[in-house]
Amino acid sequence: MPLLALEQRLIERFQHGMPICAEPYLEMAQVLDCSEAQVIACLQQMAERGSLSRIGPVFDHHRAGASTLAALAVPAERLQQVAERVSQYPEVNHNYAREHHYNLWFVLTGPDRPHLQRVLDELEADTGLTPLDLPMLTAYRIDLGFALGDAP
Amino acid sequence: MSACTSRSEQALALRLVELTQAGLPLVDDPWVWLAEQLQLSVEATLALLKRLQADGAIRRIAAVPNHYRLGYCCNGMTVWDVDDSQMPRLGRLIGAQPFVSHCYRRPRSGDWRYNLFAMVHGRSSAEINSYREHLRYLLGDACRADDMLVSSRILKKTGLRLPTGP
Repeated sequence: MPLLALEQRLIERFQHGMPICAEPYLEMAQVLDCSEAQVIACLQQMAERGSLSRIGPVFDHHRAGASTLAALAVPAERLQQVAERVSQYPEVNHNYAREHHYNLWFVLTGPDRPHLQRVLDELEADTGLTPLDLPMLTAYRIDLGFALGDAP
Repeated sequence: MSACTSRSEQALALRLVELTQAGLPLVDDPWVWLAEQLQLSVEATLALLKRLQADGAIRRIAAVPNHYRLGYCCNGMTVWDVDDSQMPRLGRLIGAQPFVSHCYRRPRSGDWRYNLFAMVHGRSSAEINSYREHLRYLLGDACRADDMLVSSRILKKTGLRLPTGP
């Protein structure tokens, strides 16, 4: 789904940060050389088409407690069942099947480390599979968006 | 959020999270809307946002695109076994590449030998393969082994939700 020219410029210019001032869309309009109404219409169109995830603050969930990246090596015939078990936890916000010996990867987030440990222990007891537990040690880049490059 | 903020500031911050974590409504002035919800002046609301951002609780305040809907359908979790002594320099180098969205050092564990993770995104598998090649070139001899785990299915993906209850 290619972006229209204004949408592409808006995302490229403001995916890393938008103005924190009164009338932010007016300031964005001045940068984009269009009207404030066009900025708002552009955001609405992108939201309706699903190409805008949202506009607003992105919070650092690491600061809200503890998190870790976990993985399980699940026999292929059990993958669906184990994946559903994992996704049931409210502590799991991302759960991906990946092509590897460790084929189920998920992010666990909770109020503190003992809480996460209980979830990991429970999963191990339930599934008989020992999770990899790979908490972040250092962040070199955290989800600040990435260059969109030239339209295909 | 941080230890130095007062209890009322924390309560305000929590309310701000609840109001905005799913995205701001597309109204003419979202900060006026937020100020009304928080029962603060616009100036105090903007100051609160700036404090939370300076404090690190807010990473960025931005227009967040849905990359899948923009054609960035392929993501690869590249993983690297990097010489520990060179990690500070190389982690920063890899994290600075424009096609990398996340780059973390993580522990080795048992039969898992990789200690550097970088997520790459592209519109085709050829594109993400070329990014992996470029990272391999940048890491050079400091990397002893690498792999790329391509997602075959997204089983669950929800926006981050802070626990709001006790």
